[in-house]
Amino acid sequence: MTHTPLLEQVAGDFYTNNFAKNAQEGSLILNLGPQHPSTHGVLRVIVEMDGEYVLRAEPVLGYLHRMHEKMAEVKTAAQFIPNMGRVDYGHALGWNWAFVGAVEKLAGIEVPERAEYVRVITCELNRLASHLLWWGAYLLDLGAFTPIMYAFDDREKLLDILQIPTGSRLTYSYYRIGGVAEDLNEDCIARIREFIPWMRSRLPMYKDLVSDNIILRKRIEGVGVIEPEACRRFGATGPVIRGSGIAYDIRRSDPYSVYPKLDFEIPTSELMDARGRYDVRIAEFEQSLRIIEQCLDMMPEGEVLVKGAPKPSWKAPKGEAYFAVEGARGKIGVYLASDGGKTLYRTKLRAPGFCNLSLFAEVSRGTILADAVAILGSLDLIIPEIDR
Amino acid sequence: MPAELIRILIGLVAVAVSVGLIGLVMVWVERKVAGHIQRRPGPFEVGPNGLLQPLADALKLVGKQLFMPDKADPILFWLAPVLSFLPVLLLFLPLPVGDGLLALDINLGLLLILAFSGLAVLSLLLGGWASNNKYGLLGAARAVSQSVAYEIPLLLSVLAVSFVAGSLNLAEVVKGQGTWPWNWNIMTQPLAFLIYMVSALGETNRAPFDLPEAESELTAGFHTEYSGMGFGLFFLAEYANMVVVCSVATALFLGGWHGPVLPGPVWFVLKVSLLMLLMVFLRWTYPRVRFDQLLNINWKWLLPLAVLNLLATSFFVKLAQTW
Repeated sequence: MTHTPLLEQVAGDFYTNNFAKNAQEGSLILNLGPQHPSTHGVLRVIVEMDGEYVLRAEPVLGYLHRMHEKMAEVKTAAQFIPNMGRVDYGHALGWNWAFVGAVEKLAGIEVPERAEYVRVITCELNRLASHLLWWGAYLLDLGAFTPIMYAFDDREKLLDILQIPTGSRLTYSYYRIGGVAEDLNEDCIARIREFIPWMRSRLPMYKDLVSDNIILRKRIEGVGVIEPEACRRFGATGPVIRGSGIAYDIRRSDPYSVYPKLDFEIPTSELMDARGRYDVRIAEFEQSLRIIEQCLDMMPEGEVLVKGAPKPSWKAPKGEAYFAVEGARGKIGVYLASDGGKTLYRTKLRAPGFCNLSLFAEVSRGTILADAVAILGSLDLIIPEIDR
Repeated sequence: MPAELIRILIGLVAVAVSVGLIGLVMVWVERKVAGHIQRRPGPFEVGPNGLLQPLADALKLVGKQLFMPDKADPILFWLAPVLSFLPVLLLFLPLPVGDGLLALDINLGLLLILAFSGLAVLSLLLGGWASNNKYGLLGAARAVSQSVAYEIPLLLSVLAVSFVAGSLNLAEVVKGQGTWPWNWNIMTQPLAFLIYMVSALGETNRAPFDLPEAESELTAGFHTEYSGMGFGLFFLAEYANMVVVCSVATALFLGGWHGPVLPGPVWFVLKVSLLMLLMVFLRWTYPRVRFDQLLNINWKWLLPLAVLNLLATSFFVKLAQTW
C-alpha cells in the first residue's frame, strides 16, 4: 500500500470533487456550510457562483444523521418515543404525535378525549414556539439582530408553560401510546390563558416594527417564487405550499384528533414568494391561539392516559399503519410495519423539511447570494429532521 | 516651523489616545444600547455597569494567537489591518473640536479627510484578497464596489456645503455658522445632510449597509480569517471611521463647536455623540439591504439627488454673489 499524504486524502470529498468537475469556467465554488451562520445547523450547500449570482446550488445532507429509523428497529415502540423529540427540536410534539398516532392506529388503541385536547393544546403551543424561533432566526438571516430577542422573550414563556406538563423545554417526549404522560394542571392552564392575550398584544407590534419595514419587504418580496406546480412536484407541505396558495393542511384535509370540532382557518397566500411564506406563518400565530382558546373551553374532565397503556415491553400487533399530522414545517408522516415481534419491523419517518429543502436547488438558481440565504430561511429548515 | 511640528505631534498623540479611548467607549455604548434595544441589560459583570467590559475584550484580543491561514499572502495579510487603522489617525488632524482647537489648520482639511478615508477600502480589499478565503474575497469585492459607489454622493454633498462656505477648511466652514440651530448649514442644506449621512453609513460599512461583513451570507466577509488584534484593528478602525464621518457631519452641517452656554468642545462632542448614537440605533433596528439594492439606492437616488443639489447650490451661490 502506498502512503498518501494526509492533505491529499482530505482534499475534497465525493461531493466536492464531483461538483467541481462540472463547474463552468471562471465560476467560484463556495461551500456554504456545514458550519455557516445561515444554514441553522450542519447543512452544507455547495454553491457555484458567478460573482454574486448563484449558478446552481446543491444541498449535501448527512452531517447530522443519527439513524433514528434504524434505532426504531432495536427499540420497542414505547421506548422509541424519546427519539421522536429529537428529530425536529423545533416542533418536537408534532413528531411525538405522529409516532404515537401511528402506533395507536396500528394497535387500535382509543385515546381518552381529554388527552386529545391536551395533545392539541400542547402541540399548538409547540407550533407557536417553533414559528417564533423561525421568525427570529429568519430575521437574523436577513441581518436584523433585534427581533430574535423579542421572539425568544415570548418563546421563553411558552417553554415555561410546556415545561410544567412535559418536564422538558425542547426535546419533549410527552405523548404516550394511548394518551399523554401528565395532565395539564391548574397552574399550567392559568398560564396558558394568560399567555394568549399577551401573544395577541405582541403581534401588532411585530407587524408594525418588522413585517411592514421597507427594507424587509424589499428583501423578501418577489424572492424565491415557488409555483404551486413545483410544490406538488417536490412534495412540499406546510407553510411552503400554503405560501404558494394551496390550502393544504393535514388538520383539515385529513383530519385527526379533535381538529374537526374546532373552528380555525388555514391561512394561505397567493404571493408564492418568501413574503407569502412569511405571511402564512405570521397568520398561523393567530390561528394557533384560536385553537388553544377553544380547546381550553371545550376540554372535558377525565383521564389522560388509557387504562392498560402499552408498557416498554409491549409488542405491537402485526400489520401496517400510516399516520400523518400537520407539523410546524409541514406534513409529518410516520409509517409503521410490524411483524408482531418485540420491536417494530420498520419505521419510516416522512420529514417535511427534507421535501422542502429539495426545492432549494430549483428556486435558488440564478438568484444572488443574499436571496439564496433569504430563500433557505423562508423554507424553515431544521437540519436533524432532514437527516433523521 | 518647529512650533507647527510640535503642534502636529501633540495632535497625533492626542488623536492616538482618544481613538483608543473612543473605541473602548463605543464598544461599551454599542453593546449597552444593543442590550437595551433587545430587552436585555447588556454587559454588566466586569466593572460597574460593565464599564470595564471593553477593556477585558481588548485584553482578550491582544492575548489571542495571531493566526494566518494556509497559502495566504503573509505580507499583504498583515499589512491590511495596519493599513486600515493608520490613515484614521491622520483623519483626525484637521478636525476642529473647538475654536482654534485643531492639530492641523490647513486650507484643504476637507480634502485631506476625503483623500485618506478613501484608503480604507484598499485595506478591506487587501485583507479579503490576501486571506485566501472565498468569503473574504466576496466581502472584499463588495467592499470595493460599495465604497467606490458611496464615495461619490458623499463628496458631492460635502462639496455643496463648501460652496456655500467658500472654503475647504473645516474650521472656516464652522466659523460661517452660528450659535443656534437655525444658523447651521443643515437648514440651508438639508438634502446634502441626508445624502451625507446615508453615504456615510455606506462608507463605514455600518448596518443596514454592512454588506462586506454580512455575517449571515459571508460569515464575516473580509475579516473572516483575522483573529486577535488583526481583527481588533479592523474593529477599531470601523469605530474611528464612524467618529470621523460624524465629526465631519457636525462641522459641516451641525454648526461644529457652536452652541449656547456650554463651551465649544463640549458641544462638538455632544453633537458627534448624538450622530454616533443614531448610527448605533440604526444598526440594531433594521435588516440588511441586498447588494443590488444597495447600489441601486446609490446610483439611482443618492447620486442624481446630490448632483441636483450641487447644481442648485452653485446657482444660488452665484446669484448671491452677483447681488
